[in-house]
Amino acid sequence: MPKIIKNGQVVDDNWQVWRDAETLPSTDHVIVPLALWQQQRDALLALGEIAVYLASDESPKSLSDDDLSALSFVAVDFPKFMDGRGFSYARELREQRQYQGEIRAVGDFIRDQLFYMKRCGFSSYALPSDELEAALASLNDFSESYQPGVDQPLPLFRRRQA
Amino acid sequence: MYAYDQYDRQIISQRVAQYRDQTERYLAGKITEEQFLPLRLQNGLYVQRLAPMLRIAVPYGTLNSQQLRKLAFITREYDKGYAHISTRQNVQLNWPKLEEVPDILEHLAEVEMHSIQTSGNCIRNVTADQFSGVAADEVEDARPWCEIIRQWSTFHPEFAFLPRKFKIAVCGSEQDRAAVLVHDIGLQIVKDESGNTAFKVIVGGGLGRTPVIGSVIHEALPPRHLLSYLEAIVRVYNQLGRRDNKFKARIKILVRAMGADAFKAKVEEEWAFIKDGNLDLPDEEIARAQSFFTRPDYEALENEDLQALALENVDFARWLNHNVHAHKQRGYAIATLSLKTTGVAPGDITAEQFEAVADLAEEFGFGEIRSTHQQNLVLPDIQQRQLFALWQKLVSLELASPTVGTMNDIICCPGGDFCSLANAKSIPIAEAIQRRFDDLDYLYDLGDIELNISGCMNACGHHHIGNIGILGVDKKGQEFYQVSLGGQQGLNASLGKILGPSFAQDEIPDVVEKILNCYLEKRHPEERFIDTYERIGLAPFKERVYA
Ligand code: HEM
Ligand code: SF4
Repeated sequence: MPKIIKNGQVVDDNWQVWRDAETLPSTDHVIVPLALWQQQRDALLALGEIAVYLASDESPKSLSDDDLSALSFVAVDFPKFMDGRGFSYARELREQRQYQGEIRAVGDFIRDQLFYMKRCGFSSYALPSDELEAALASLNDFSESYQPGVDQPLPLFRRRQA
Repeated sequence: MYAYDQYDRQIISQRVAQYRDQTERYLAGKITEEQFLPLRLQNGLYVQRLAPMLRIAVPYGTLNSQQLRKLAFITREYDKGYAHISTRQNVQLNWPKLEEVPDILEHLAEVEMHSIQTSGNCIRNVTADQFSGVAADEVEDARPWCEIIRQWSTFHPEFAFLPRKFKIAVCGSEQDRAAVLVHDIGLQIVKDESGNTAFKVIVGGGLGRTPVIGSVIHEALPPRHLLSYLEAIVRVYNQLGRRDNKFKARIKILVRAMGADAFKAKVEEEWAFIKDGNLDLPDEEIARAQSFFTRPDYEALENEDLQALALENVDFARWLNHNVHAHKQRGYAIATLSLKTTGVAPGDITAEQFEAVADLAEEFGFGEIRSTHQQNLVLPDIQQRQLFALWQKLVSLELASPTVGTMNDIICCPGGDFCSLANAKSIPIAEAIQRRFDDLDYLYDLGDIELNISGCMNACGHHHIGNIGILGVDKKGQEFYQVSLGGQQGLNASLGKILGPSFAQDEIPDVVEKILNCYLEKRHPEERFIDTYERIGLAPFKERVYA
């Protein structure tokens, strides 16, 4: 079974990214495009557990609170690892929408981004690499950060002790 | 000057370890070239024509003697014994080895230095007026605010993969020496009616191939909101900035496409979520930042009359007139150390000079040194009665060229001698101009003229905002130079206009001479070059040059 990083560990995972926005998949445990979700929500939910991925130009504002509770989780797609829009989307989901569920990074990204992703609120990573165990180290490149983040809402200046 | 505590030290040392690991994985073939690119760039490492180039951060241009000695050591040990001061106040090494960069970082960390975010599509090292804290015309010291911004932007998790690089500058004086109108965000410290500090927020300025003067989107932002407002701006840019075309990816393009008002509305919408949240700056944090930049132990001195000394020694008089600036504190002065000696690439400095300047800063000042975006160094706290003694030492170090603010104080990018993006060389042009106009009385008679040179339209040499701007262009595979006139920096910043068809390298000194002759004939008494230009326009210059 394919493996992903989830909650700081390498785990088995049977979810698949379904990139066809026109056709319905035949099973559940698929991560579908936002457009397909918006057009075929009921048909998709009838299949079982469904997640949606946001393309890099799709803001979480296009998902209603209702959507968020119907979905098994939300994924954010990185078309190229240099495209950093998804970092803002994850933060928005956590900090402005108070979304508590899983946020998964999919697509093209690298292990050296994991620390930042974690700080922005991602909780699972379908990292395109066969060295997932080694990549876990990158989740903890730093033990302190200056700014607030999802993992530590207080900026260092509110915690600093002389 | 800011001093690290255990948190800062830990973050910097974990950074060294992180980058060492990334370099090792790259050298072992576990990171591709493409993947390593942003990692090394965010660490200031370019791969250039002849060798990698490492850009070391000098946050808001502030250095101490210990750091200068370390830089001297590093340039000797890992480079060819010299370094370069950049137009964003940083220090660049031209010949480091990629595999030795982690060791260099380790040495830097010992003196609280690093090269974090000096390049790449992230928030870059923040810059400030080089005279912050000592300028006579200062409204408020910019450095504490820069330090607050430095910490907020360092390893910001959301903004490491922006559409393009992002530069912030802060100016705290009436005269702008930080080029706030041509930055992605420029912050001008102002006082509101009741005398409280506030920030005028300017966005969307920039040079490069599409030069733009920034737009004001907040007239007086209260300081406690500084970080939340910055975060809102960058968040809007991160989501809406163009990513399909590298040349249209800067925030200036977004602001122009949306219109400044619509951009501001978006920012305020985003800001509403985070305003008054955890990023709100408590008074204690502002006070903490300010506590690092208190005034040093100045002696109670009277202003000195140096006229007599100046009359006896014309060389000293020249230096005093051009390289010394007014200080806030009575009896003190600010001395600019020129890195524009003819025959040396503008902004270059040797290991020996670094060490000597470190000693001078301790002997004559409080061990502090500034770097400037004009690519010079500054000793900020010199007793006026010691200026003559300082000057004598600077002369022997070749750091006393009395040309600060004159046309020979050229801003110049590394150009074709070092840079793989260059269309043309720039350093030899600077030298040819300095040689042609080596008569100091002539230079002084010309008054304040800024001449800036870039080797390509990326504009690292700020040619658009030079009174005379020279830009390297490629003409059928030949190195040519386009000349523009009328640019200026500061709060009246304007962009130069192209004079006409470009010139071959050896024509440039003649072209500059014709421009100057035209100015000398047309100027009114005491009129600066830029004012004459604004009065008479481009046409008379054009006629003269292409006649
Ligand atoms: C030698 C290697 C260098 C390379 C490859 C390089 C590359 C570039 C590029 C591609 C840009 C344009 C970016 C844009 O408009 O988005 C740029 C801008 C700039 N560079 Fe460089 N540069 C180099 C060296 C330097 C040096 C040595 C300095 C300082 C002396 C410098 C200062 C600047 C500045 C101030 C800008 C700003 C223009 C703006 O922000 O609009 N660069 N550089
Ligand atoms: S202006 Fe062009 S030639 Fe000069 S350093 Fe920048 S990129 Fe290189």
